[in-house]
Amino acid sequence: MENLKKNIIIIGGGPGGMEAASCLNTIGYTVFLVEKGPVLGGHLAKWDRLFPEGNEAAPLIEKMRSRMEGVKWFVNTEVLSVNRLGSKYTVILSNGLTINADALLIATGFSLFPAEKKEEYGYGIYDRVITSADLERMFREGMPEGLVPKKIGFVHCVGSRDEKAGNRYCSKVCCATSVKQACEIKAMFPDADVFCFYMDLRMFGRGYEDMYLEAQKDYGVFFVRGRVSEVAEKKDGRLLVKAEDTLAGKPLRITLDLLVLLSGMVRNTSASAITKMLSLSVREDGFFKTSDMIYNDQRSAQDGIFYAGACTGPKTLPETLADARAAALEADFYLRQDD
Amino acid sequence: MIGMTFLLIYLFIGLVRVIIHLPKEDKKKFFLSLINPRLILKNVKDIIFDVLLHVKIWKRKPLLGYMHSSIAFGWFMLIVLGHIETWFYVPDRTSTLYYPVFFRFFVMETNHTLKGSFFFFLMDFFLLVVLSGVFLAMFKRIRSTFLGMRRTTKNSWPDRVAMYCLWAIFPVRLLAESFTASISGGSFLTRPMYLLFSNFLSDTYHIVPTWWVYSSILGLFFLLLPFTRYMHIPTEAFLIILRNAGIKVTSPRKGYSEAEIYSCSNCGMCIDACPMMVQKKNLKYATVYYNRFLRRRKWDKCNEIADKCLMCGKCVAVCPVGVDSCGLKLTYRNIEPVNIRHDYSYLGQAEAGVPELHDGDVLYYAGCMTQLTPVISSAVTSVLERCGISYGFMDKDGGICCGRPMILAGRSDEARALIARNTEIIKSSGAGTLLLSCPICYKVFKENYNLPGIRVVHYTQYFNSLAKSGRLRLNKSSVRAVYHDPCELGRGCNIYEEPRVLLRQVGELVEARQNRDESICCGGSLGSLTLSYEDRKSITDKSLENLTYDSPEKIITACPLCLKTFASRSNVKVEDFAVTILNNMTNTLK
Amino acid sequence: MIDFGYTVSPSSAIEIDDAGLASFRQLCRIEPDAIKCISCGSCAASCTAAGFSIMNLRKTILLLSRGKDREAIDMVATCMLCGKCYIVCPRGINTRHLILSICKTYRKE
Repeated sequence: MENLKKNIIIIGGGPGGMEAASCLNTIGYTVFLVEKGPVLGGHLAKWDRLFPEGNEAAPLIEKMRSRMEGVKWFVNTEVLSVNRLGSKYTVILSNGLTINADALLIATGFSLFPAEKKEEYGYGIYDRVITSADLERMFREGMPEGLVPKKIGFVHCVGSRDEKAGNRYCSKVCCATSVKQACEIKAMFPDADVFCFYMDLRMFGRGYEDMYLEAQKDYGVFFVRGRVSEVAEKKDGRLLVKAEDTLAGKPLRITLDLLVLLSGMVRNTSASAITKMLSLSVREDGFFKTSDMIYNDQRSAQDGIFYAGACTGPKTLPETLADARAAALEADFYLRQDD
Repeated sequence: MIGMTFLLIYLFIGLVRVIIHLPKEDKKKFFLSLINPRLILKNVKDIIFDVLLHVKIWKRKPLLGYMHSSIAFGWFMLIVLGHIETWFYVPDRTSTLYYPVFFRFFVMETNHTLKGSFFFFLMDFFLLVVLSGVFLAMFKRIRSTFLGMRRTTKNSWPDRVAMYCLWAIFPVRLLAESFTASISGGSFLTRPMYLLFSNFLSDTYHIVPTWWVYSSILGLFFLLLPFTRYMHIPTEAFLIILRNAGIKVTSPRKGYSEAEIYSCSNCGMCIDACPMMVQKKNLKYATVYYNRFLRRRKWDKCNEIADKCLMCGKCVAVCPVGVDSCGLKLTYRNIEPVNIRHDYSYLGQAEAGVPELHDGDVLYYAGCMTQLTPVISSAVTSVLERCGISYGFMDKDGGICCGRPMILAGRSDEARALIARNTEIIKSSGAGTLLLSCPICYKVFKENYNLPGIRVVHYTQYFNSLAKSGRLRLNKSSVRAVYHDPCELGRGCNIYEEPRVLLRQVGELVEARQNRDESICCGGSLGSLTLSYEDRKSITDKSLENLTYDSPEKIITACPLCLKTFASRSNVKVEDFAVTILNNMTNTLK
Repeated sequence: MIDFGYTVSPSSAIEIDDAGLASFRQLCRIEPDAIKCISCGSCAASCTAAGFSIMNLRKTILLLSRGKDREAIDMVATCMLCGKCYIVCPRGINTRHLILSICKTYRKE
């Protein structure tokens, strides 16, 4: 087959990159996947369970990897330089390999918003303030010894929908993640009271509203419409949290044993090198700019460079997977055009 | 002659107006200062250094300083020497003011005597000095960056006419003196000029018209002077005397303020200084235009600029005349019409909740902004604990605002209620020291509170004194850090050295491109009322760019507002001073 | 008046038809940020004055935009202008100028 002679390099080995790799591999291209970190799977590899149905993350990564038979993938590897010659890209990797590629697919994903930037929440200062990612790790590795929280709070929109954090956009996944985690922690500590502090509950996806109902009905999670504005540490280490219960129209104070911050998604901070190398354009929010946001949402302005997944804005996992398949198909269209 | 008389009358009326409008106390201060020998000395010193030599400009921009001092000092010396000369040769004519000005025209004297040639040399020398200044001034209009100014003031038309007059006065004088050099004599400048001209101008008919042109330009300049920026020449000396008498701005336009706005030389140093100027659209909000509009009573424009100002004080710091424009704008905010007045009667019932302290104990007041940066308050209290200092936390569970934001918003009267309640609480606590972590609070506690017997300190000062006395022990790391001078702490309260002393002990301290009193506002200032968040971002970025000039690993600041503002936009780690101290102290908890 | 033993209090419903929003529109002209609020409540939660009074900026904006001026004005008068709400506002609303503008635009009845 003609396709086999064509090389495609995928930058980023998260779920988006993996899925695109297996698709392009199946179509028949020679696919190289480059991952900066030590393992494939990206943020998914750090997660325990997934909303809305609570599927486990680890078996999913295994399944995706098994479909990558034939893909040449490298971990702990970075792109050192890219040179464009006609329609070809010469890519030099940090493992010494030089590849002549016909197309590049960028799947660099996102970074989690550094929660310590919101000083008023005290992340990094108070021991009992953690992020959603920290909680997932605890779910996977077990809760710290002696932690039996009686009252737990979840703060939505940490670093999202916040001009002061530099991010106006909604990160999309936090609401559902929060509700999922609230249910999980409630299941772990049935005697605890769990409160979710939200600005707007965005339960937009299939099954999300059911999850919300379940959280109320089966788990008894309390939902407070109000953004937490300040957290102070008491002498005993517990946290005094201030918010306004905007529906009651009254200031609210509550003492919590554990506060979970739902860090939003921001542009991948380690992708700036590749952005410069290829002079890719980004939107105001820092994520890559696609040709258009409806019909060509996987294409860049440059021929032969494609995007997949959350590098073009916050996405849920199924959205990332669908986007990756679409990007693979777009790349295929483009490469066939050349013939 | 007419010009001069008019000017003198105008100045006298102005002087009386200013004095009349001074509040009673200030009047007393003013007259007392005139008989206080120490202040007289200071006045004379300041007038010579600032009005004639322009030392303040020299310090920042040497070439620009030369331009100003060459014109001012050169001209002054020309006048003085002219008078001495006249006094020497025609003592009976010294009483007429105009005589020395046209001395060369009236007196046909000779340079053959030793005295004569000495004066001619001096006169020519200073004329040359002035001329060099004038040519620099002309060049500045074309390329201001050469003299260290990126942007200059847009002149109004009377200013421009007066400026051209000023430019013309001295070259014409040179010509006039050169023409008469054959009759009345000259020195190294006028003599060769005369020889040059005499080659093609053989008759002497042009002498009289040239002197006429010279005198009319001079007259026109004096006539225009009261309506132009050049009014600062006579007013500045007066302002210095008032300022040295300890008088401060209390009214937006009258009294001392009037002396201030007339002293504004429209030089435009404040334009480059203003942090808002990163956006070109903000050029119209420069302090120089505020002073101009205020002088012309354009209230609408004054209103707009007064509300926009960040109150960072940089324009005041760089102002060669020292016009307290922040004070002017602040008093202006106070007279803006308001329908709803703030009412703090509810504070009477407010629970104080302050732990009882012993004499000499420290009372820590974090302030509103520090409530949002718990990292600072927890670091401050940890340092106190590890130094073994017993303290009380006045607003651990929230307190009453210090009142400075109200004052900055032009609500000084209403702020008094907040100040009164806080004063009560602090006094009743029995504290000997009031410790503050927010420069905004520090400034108001220093200036507007009356807390006899209580030492008011910012934590940078306090930690410094702890280190000096050996209670706070620090070790050195290899981290390269830059210190940002918060506006209210640096320019506002003159604290520059204390934080630096400690930061040098805990690591390598580098300086920002513009630092100390030229430090750039972080953009978060509560001073500006109308500046939007969008516009503030560009100021923050500019300030960060200035700070990271010497590529530090860390930015250290000593203000919760600066910390919050920088942290959201900086690529370099931003840390509070107290955190740096805590991380580098070797004291262990007893 | 005859004492019936009870009084008729004005309806607590929001009557935008009667209230008219001219003043609110005027406010938005002076401070366009007035319209940007998403009612998250951060301002009210962090408010220094709210520790002692009825101050609630979120509610103030909401009430003014619904023509319920009087309640809003009572709240605003207790503000200390400390600026915490400006710092926490996720929409970057210039809250201090908004409050000062309310004090200039509206009148206490």
